[in-house]
Amino acid sequence: MKEIVILSGKGGTGKSSVCSALAHIKKDNILVADCDVDAADLHLIMAPENVPGVDFYSGIIAEIDAEKCIACGLCAQKCRFDAISLYEGKYRVEPLDCEGCAYCHYICPVEAIAIPQQNIGNYFQAESRLGFTLVHARLNIGAENSGKLVAKVKSIAKEQCKKEGKDFMLVDGSPGIGCPVISSLSGVDYVVLVTEATYSGLSDLERLWTLLDMFKLPGACIVNKADINPSVASEIRKFMQKKKIADLGDIPYSEDFPKAIAMGRTLIEENETRWRPVFEKIWKAIEEKI
Amino acid sequence: MIVGFTSTGEGWDAKIDPRFGRTEFILIYDEEKDELKAVDNREVSDMAHGVGPKTAQKIHELGVQVLITGNGPGGNAAEVLKNMNVKIYIKAGGMGIREAYGAYKANKLESIGG
Amino acid sequence: MRLAIASGKGGTGKTTLAVNLALKASGTMKTVLADLDVEEPNGSIFIGGETVDEKQVYRYTPAWNQKSCSLCGKCTSWCAYNALIKLGEIILVMPNLCHSCYACSELCPDGALPMEASPLGTIRHFSRGKLDFTESKLNIGLEQAAPLIKQSLNYLDENFKDHDLQILDSPPGTACSMMEAVRSADYVILVTEPTPFGLHDLKLAVETVRQLELPFAVVINRDGIGNDELDRYLKAEEIAVWARIPHQREIAELYSRGEILFDKVAAVDDALSDILQRLEGLS
Repeated sequence: MKEIVILSGKGGTGKSSVCSALAHIKKDNILVADCDVDAADLHLIMAPENVPGVDFYSGIIAEIDAEKCIACGLCAQKCRFDAISLYEGKYRVEPLDCEGCAYCHYICPVEAIAIPQQNIGNYFQAESRLGFTLVHARLNIGAENSGKLVAKVKSIAKEQCKKEGKDFMLVDGSPGIGCPVISSLSGVDYVVLVTEATYSGLSDLERLWTLLDMFKLPGACIVNKADINPSVASEIRKFMQKKKIADLGDIPYSEDFPKAIAMGRTLIEENETRWRPVFEKIWKAIEEKI
Repeated sequence: MIVGFTSTGEGWDAKIDPRFGRTEFILIYDEEKDELKAVDNREVSDMAHGVGPKTAQKIHELGVQVLITGNGPGGNAAEVLKNMNVKIYIKAGGMGIREAYGAYKANKLESIGG
Repeated sequence: MRLAIASGKGGTGKTTLAVNLALKASGTMKTVLADLDVEEPNGSIFIGGETVDEKQVYRYTPAWNQKSCSLCGKCTSWCAYNALIKLGEIILVMPNLCHSCYACSELCPDGALPMEASPLGTIRHFSRGKLDFTESKLNIGLEQAAPLIKQSLNYLDENFKDHDLQILDSPPGTACSMMEAVRSADYVILVTEPTPFGLHDLKLAVETVRQLELPFAVVINRDGIGNDELDRYLKAEEIAVWARIPHQREIAELYSRGEILFDKVAAVDDALSDILQRLEGLS
């Protein structure tokens, strides 16, 4: 089984559209994991069957027992995240501010502070409209630790992929270069980058590649909206050559991308004659590399 | 020599877990005594933060001298391993434990650092 | 007035709006724009300008003092982030994992873990014409975006307190870093696009700002693509739409070159005027 993660650095480059198109091409031998847990959108296209989500706990959060609290204020004084404040004579933790360090728990003189596990979101495993399994998740608002939820989605997906005997697991990653991205890289066989021919796209690609380089991961890149600015597209290609990033080819600017999303379709469904050859070629190139 | 494996199961027939920090088991093979034992790492692999360093610490405590794994440790774990006297062999992900041990003995695994 | 520009989904045109609005506003009032998308900041591509100030931002992480350490190992059990590891007779500190809670440092019975500064990222202050612009960039490989955002907001407080308008270009999403950027604002503009992705992520962003009890309005970008689901949602939820920026290939092309839009595209200039008028109405 091979695990391929799709990343973009910048948001809005067409990463999820590319991901769903590739999944469609390989629909009989693939499993998809949506690891953009902060803004998971693939299920809107894949329309998986409705299944109940599984609660996911990670990390801890402080909780003060008002009965036991003697309002000495030590916790509030020591908390580096300003998460504890006085409210009607008792101290209280603001969950959105708490980083779960447990410092207050250790120093409370009357042991009034508990550190229960924190529910940070849900994950789902369901059969998609196209037949393959989709594992996706929803991070609670303002929750930290999305990296851990990404790790969970991936491990569930991997197990299921093995069980189903599928050869490919496709991971839709988060934008950015922070913790969910770093977490989505563990155990990956190949990274597919989707960028766009804009200066923002190039700048974000450079930062993302610096990160990937730290993990010594092999990767290839697709330049979306390549004709919107041919000169930036060629700068991107120069960068790819310099860094030895394989070129998976260009995709021209197309209204089919937003149209397909609006209709809840993959690009293949939007215009089969136009897009099937494009993505079959891209997939073939990826398969040759791994 | 004490050889360690990141593993998905408990015996010679288990497979190498390609993950370092979140490996489910650590298998320890003592070549002199010809003894294989399994250490459950699931408590660590389920932690929210810093599983790599924690697993590395465990490997240190188990006295592992050679470690056979899959993807190789991430940045934080690598930092810990740098401070340990352990030789690391990677890209054995998916191999059976016996097969991976054979590959190591035949010098067919890629080594990093140490 | 501090205005945060945010969006659930990335790539909806948050930076485009922030940059253009800031430049236009700077013509009539003292304006500062802060790019807080610290993982992938792009504002400077459009703004350029001269560097006025550059500041290294540090955070504090423990450093192990071998001489005074009695190797009790308590620090490693306190640390919720596994940032401290005991290897035989050494204690290793993993600054990447540290959240700077100070527990180990202040609780260590031997005082063997003094806090030391380590680099987190940079804040640059540029000026272009009358506009002040700050860009915060997280060092690659680090995961703590929120502390850098917090320090960037402090930087704004220290240096641009008297500005009429502070515009924050927030990180995408609804996780901790977006919240950190948005919560200090007086008002929030959520940028979205009329596609199911845009709508889905907008709903999350709306939930977030409502939880923070912040007043907000929506700006629709790429108006004309997709469907009318978004409009139906906004109407049902009684959410104000401050402006609509039409979907035009010309805009995408100018954006790709890192160019400013409002002096070239009338529809963008009109949208910005509408937004500025609404802002004036607030104060």
